[in-house]
Amino acid sequence: MLALALAAIILVTLLMFGLSLLSGSTKAKPGADFATKTITVTLTDEPPNLDSSLTADQISSFVLGHVMEGLLRLDENNQLAPGVAEKWEIRADGATFWLRPDARWSDGKPVTAHDFVFAWRKTVDPASASEYANIMNAIRNADDITAGKLPPEALGVQAVGDRMLKVQFAKPVPYFDRLMAFNVFFPIREDFYKATHGRYASGADMLLYNGPFKMVQWVHGAHIRFEKNPAYWDARRIAINVIDIPYFTSDPSARVNLFRDRRIAQAGLAQQNLEEAQLLGWNIRSFRDGGVFYVEFNHRRDRLSRNRNFRKAIQYALDSSVEVNKVIKQPGYLPGKSVFPIWLDGVNDKFRKEYPAPEYTPDTARARAYLARAKQELGLSKIPPIMLLAGDDPISGRVAEYYQDMLKRQLDLDVRIDSQIFKQRLAKMLAGDFDLVMAGWGPDYADPLTFGDLFLTGNVNNRGQYSNPAYDEQVRIAQNSNDRKVRMDAFGRMQQIIFDDAVVLPEYERALLFAVDPQISGVVRRVFGADPDFTYVKIAKE
Amino acid sequence: MLSYTIKRLIQGLITVWFIATATFLAMHAVPGNPLSGAKAMNVEIRQNLERKYGLNKPVGEQYLIYMGNLARGDLGISFTQKNREVNDIIREHFPVSATLGIMAVVFAALGGALFGALTALNRNKWPDTVIMLAVILGISVPSFVFAAFSQLMVVKINALLGISILPVAGWGTVSHMLLPSLVLGLGTMAYLTRLMRSSMLEIINSDYIRTANAKGLPQTRIFLQHEMRNAILPLVTVLGPSIAGITTGSFVVELVFAIPGLGRYFVQAVQQLDYTVIMGTTVFFGAFLVLMVILVDLLYGLIDPRVRVS
Repeated sequence: MLALALAAIILVTLLMFGLSLLSGSTKAKPGADFATKTITVTLTDEPPNLDSSLTADQISSFVLGHVMEGLLRLDENNQLAPGVAEKWEIRADGATFWLRPDARWSDGKPVTAHDFVFAWRKTVDPASASEYANIMNAIRNADDITAGKLPPEALGVQAVGDRMLKVQFAKPVPYFDRLMAFNVFFPIREDFYKATHGRYASGADMLLYNGPFKMVQWVHGAHIRFEKNPAYWDARRIAINVIDIPYFTSDPSARVNLFRDRRIAQAGLAQQNLEEAQLLGWNIRSFRDGGVFYVEFNHRRDRLSRNRNFRKAIQYALDSSVEVNKVIKQPGYLPGKSVFPIWLDGVNDKFRKEYPAPEYTPDTARARAYLARAKQELGLSKIPPIMLLAGDDPISGRVAEYYQDMLKRQLDLDVRIDSQIFKQRLAKMLAGDFDLVMAGWGPDYADPLTFGDLFLTGNVNNRGQYSNPAYDEQVRIAQNSNDRKVRMDAFGRMQQIIFDDAVVLPEYERALLFAVDPQISGVVRRVFGADPDFTYVKIAKE
Repeated sequence: MLSYTIKRLIQGLITVWFIATATFLAMHAVPGNPLSGAKAMNVEIRQNLERKYGLNKPVGEQYLIYMGNLARGDLGISFTQKNREVNDIIREHFPVSATLGIMAVVFAALGGALFGALTALNRNKWPDTVIMLAVILGISVPSFVFAAFSQLMVVKINALLGISILPVAGWGTVSHMLLPSLVLGLGTMAYLTRLMRSSMLEIINSDYIRTANAKGLPQTRIFLQHEMRNAILPLVTVLGPSIAGITTGSFVVELVFAIPGLGRYFVQAVQQLDYTVIMGTTVFFGAFLVLMVILVDLLYGLIDPRVRVS
């Protein structure tokens, strides 16, 4: 009897091993394969929407950046380069683009100016409900079309023949050329779109491609495969034949294990994997993704944090370099000094070189003096507990506890941490249900205005509802001028007001860590558009 | 039998309706909005989106519309996977979870029955002690630990041997399925082992086994026909819910092994407040569970003739 049971167990075990050996004997494909010029990588999730006029997420924009191309593109140094347009001109009242004759769709037909007109009208059409429709507000009538007051045909963009595109602006947009590399400005061909009967971009065969690669396979949630697009005008530049993505997982440990097993050519690293990666001698890089994180005060009328001296007290009690170096302790992070990150361009150099962030040293005595004044103004002998709204990720948790501790020790303030999952935190932020919130902003375009207008009165993303006519005036100058110096001066003054008024307290500029297979070179990381960009990748022989 | 089945099915339908309504109400009571993202939209764009998804209507009306569509089998379009119908998501990803789940259940049931019998027959001897220790581990250690650990082991073994014995992650071939299904079934197997052990202990001390022994029946026959058949009944009872639980996917195992199953969509939908996917997957899982329970009840009658369904 015992023998029988044992025999059965042994049989099952043997069967499983047999099966595993049988099926496991297939030769493993390495993450970077020189022979077939293939790289294998992972995605954290399924691309949510590959209709370029509707896309609003990072994964889709990674895919689109490889298989599509706009009028202009960003090169390996993140500089603007010709895309479908070979020549362009930006004026105060509009722009003109001349399309190259050899730009073609994957079915061989030419990419024309009409394809852009169709896509752009579709973006502003209220029926499309595109989340990024507002980025088109630079173009004449765009806002009225989105609001349903004008038909999409009224948009200030015309095709003059097949190869010239003319755009009329609603107001000067000196950074309009940079927008052209953004996916909502990509072309969509009308006849193909209509032939898909509402299923556009729902599968690999439901899209037309005009970029360096085309998607040949898309098994939802499981597998995406790009192959070099022979119809692409600059196909000679592309050194690899295939980008294979057979793994979709957001688990950092799974990615690290795949990388260890040499199944993938690149892996994003979480902090818990860093030490191991260093021990294994991996080729680790860091990349600052362009986002700025800050503590935002609630400036609504019924809040203590509306008091400037109260905010200044907290400003002088906290230290962003301690936060980054002692609490977050992750390589690549930069202590926050300004809401304008260091990568932004100024007049002739980087903005932050020409307009340095206001310098200050944390100062407990000063912080206490500010707090005493605040108590006097508020008529309080003791400040009631203040609510700090935070995210539920490990870093936010540690940082929130650091604040709690610092503010208790330095100012005897009681801080209550309110950790919320993403959606709930957003709801509370919008409702103004906080005193302090750990917030952040990722840029929409490469101009300081994408950060500067955050604190404009009435901006929907001004979650603290800060309102200051002097600040609003600077935003208006930056919005309406076409003069680089005038605009940068305005941003410089905004930076000063944000510090003086303690509108928000900059925490850090974030960095991401990743490991790359030493066999591949040319992985480009970007703040905008396809990130990472594998179109410049070369594979070396092992 | 037929009228009993029909009665159970109608009860099941009412249960599913109740699940759908409760989920709908709970989902709308949660603060937050499926359309909200890190960046707030301006009023016009938000209104356009709300119109597109019908969120501009009062919740009561949304409920009636949803129930009407549900009755027609239309689960709507996902809020996050904007080009996909929830029906498609379930159709494409449930078979993956089901395949994985069935392998896990087979593994769990087989292992549970055998190990359970083994421990009972060797009560208080070393096989009993060793297996019960493993059972405690299997029940108390969460599956993500097993998943991560086994994945790391595969990486190490592959590196050691220089060839790929098992894939680290991914989906497609039988070899991709082995490790995840093992990990997924481990907890259930441990639980079933315990159940089988206690049920087997009860049986081997019963009068009819003593009679069988006294009559000199061969041991294998006593074991297979009398002991196993009777002891396995409690296992069948819990197998139904277990099958539903396992085949509807494990978020963790699917995440770690990069498996395109339904469990992942289920959990992510809740995090992202993807109304249509939350409703679709919950109703689907609910219906599946109800169906499994009914099936097991019917199966019970077949295995044990003493149970007369009335």
